[in-house]
Amino acid sequence: MLLNQFLLLGALLFAVGVYGVLARRNGVMVLMSIELMLNAVNLNLVAFGLQHDVVSGQVFALFIIAVAAAEVGVGLAIVLLLYRNRRSIAVDEFDLMKG
Amino acid sequence: MNLGALVAFVRPELDWHALAPELTLLAVGTLVTVADIALDDKAKRMMPTLAGIGLLITLVPILTLAADGAERSMFGGAYVVDDFSLVLKALFILAGYVVVLMSVDYVREGDYYENEYYTLLLTSLLGMVMMASSRDLVSVFVALELLSIPAYMLAAWRKGGPRSNEAGLKYYLMGVFASAVMLYGMSLVFGVAGDTDFGTISEALRGEGASPIVIVAILFVLVGFAFKVSAVPFHTWAPDTYEGAPTPVTAFLSVASKAAGFVALLGLVFVAFEGAADVVQPFFWVLAVVTMTVGNLIALRQTNIVRMLAYSGVAQGGFMLVPFAVAFEGDAWTVPGAGITTTVLPSAYEAVIVYLIIYAFMNLGAFSVVLAVARRTRSGEIDSYAGLFRYAPGMAVLMTVFLASLAGIPPAGGWFAKFVIFRTLADASTPAGWVLAAIVAVNAVIAFGYYARVLVQMWFEPVPETVALGVDASGDAEDELADEPAEASANDDGGFVATETRQQTMVAFTPGPIPMTGALAAALAITVVATMALGVFPGLVSHFGEVASFYLGG
Repeated sequence: MLLNQFLLLGALLFAVGVYGVLARRNGVMVLMSIELMLNAVNLNLVAFGLQHDVVSGQVFALFIIAVAAAEVGVGLAIVLLLYRNRRSIAVDEFDLMKG
Repeated sequence: MNLGALVAFVRPELDWHALAPELTLLAVGTLVTVADIALDDKAKRMMPTLAGIGLLITLVPILTLAADGAERSMFGGAYVVDDFSLVLKALFILAGYVVVLMSVDYVREGDYYENEYYTLLLTSLLGMVMMASSRDLVSVFVALELLSIPAYMLAAWRKGGPRSNEAGLKYYLMGVFASAVMLYGMSLVFGVAGDTDFGTISEALRGEGASPIVIVAILFVLVGFAFKVSAVPFHTWAPDTYEGAPTPVTAFLSVASKAAGFVALLGLVFVAFEGAADVVQPFFWVLAVVTMTVGNLIALRQTNIVRMLAYSGVAQGGFMLVPFAVAFEGDAWTVPGAGITTTVLPSAYEAVIVYLIIYAFMNLGAFSVVLAVARRTRSGEIDSYAGLFRYAPGMAVLMTVFLASLAGIPPAGGWFAKFVIFRTLADASTPAGWVLAAIVAVNAVIAFGYYARVLVQMWFEPVPETVALGVDASGDAEDELADEPAEASANDDGGFVATETRQQTMVAFTPGPIPMTGALAAALAITVVATMALGVFPGLVSHFGEVASFYLGG
């Protein structure tokens, strides 16, 4: 069982996702980065589930996949709304409120 | 591994009585949607009534379950209905009812989609009600997303308003990022414990101690929730989202959504993470101190009342985090029935619940007054409260009650919330606890500074001749902007931003009685009665906390 390799891959994917969320300006790219983070979690859960020989890891991963779909649906709707109003989806341009 | 053998399907025992509140809420939410489709425009005006009555009906099964008193556990302990969850479910439903009352005229006069608004509100409440019963990482996660996803949409409710858009975007990005961080932590917790229910995690962590993977796992989970309860330094979304979102939604987010975050933290910290007290307590100590202090100091220099209440909410959240910092400093005692020996401090557990209940009513009350006053002044600035006592004495008195309660002045409810925090720290009686008590005391005084500023404006200042048009009131103007996207795109390089930022339109102000409506009056009545009753008869809530702590221990 190559648990370490799975965890390393998961950690790497998660780090790439975090970098994407923090560094990317494009709203859609940020959403994709968040997906990357969630999939890193799924990878971890499935690997740990196999290691412990319990099915709850896989079940948890299935829940995350389903919820992530709903989440991204709402996210895209919000990005679309912003595009309609501002003709831009660069997330750092939205700074009407500060302080 | 033979997956087939592992997942051989066994139909779980369903306790319909225990699920009745959730099912009722779901049925009402569906009914609201179906009524809108079936009856078309005729149904529009009855939506809030339907939602309100539905919420009151949901209280019935909660009361029958409470009268029954038995602890019900389903799905292998993942979903538990006990006194703790029932008290919080009732709190969520009542808070939701007050928010519906606050929303009636706001949503109708703003000409927003009524059906969708109430459906989303009910869905989010369903998530919170589920959260109160969740005793498993999977059910906590599902409940958290169920309450958050509709809230993202509610925050962006004024589709044409740039501020509301921005509020939705910031809330969404921060919320989803926080969920992802929390989930990564949960996956590691699962890896250490081998299962997702709190009982197993608790046992595994006791055996494991504070190994590096446990520290990383727990910190990730707690940081994720710190975003949800807007603890400093993870609070940056809160003021912007609160200011930009429609005011009833802001009230909902600052009370119900924050309470749901704390409910999840209660379960996780007090039950699942007990074995890692060495990691949890210092983390919360720092988080509580920073959250209180920074929240209060920034609140001091706010000029917008909703933003001030947002930072006040951040600071109040800091007070609620205090009991977590001494959660395991009690004497060893055995949980009756469970046979587990624990050093959990029962009064810490109680303090969070009592604080949540009192905070919910006083904060909802303050937001109701803000809504009511804005109907006359059309402004969100603190300056616009000047002379409120001269033309609307009743409203000034109500606001005084709520602000005094938030500041912790007896006999309004807030003093008891502060009192239970100090009692917890005294019970813990550790050096770190005493230092924390001193910091809490200093912060309570700082907080009085900004609450007093509003009081001074209301009671002693003359009525202003002009007021700055607020975000809420200028909703129409924002909608006009949205109709002309071409104009917006013309100034891509920030010109658009410059014209919008904090350049306030001053309009002439004529004082007069606040245009009241039945629903808003009812919201004010419920919150003021609850705030005063909790202050004068604190025994009402302290009882809930004690009973709840009885069932502790997973």
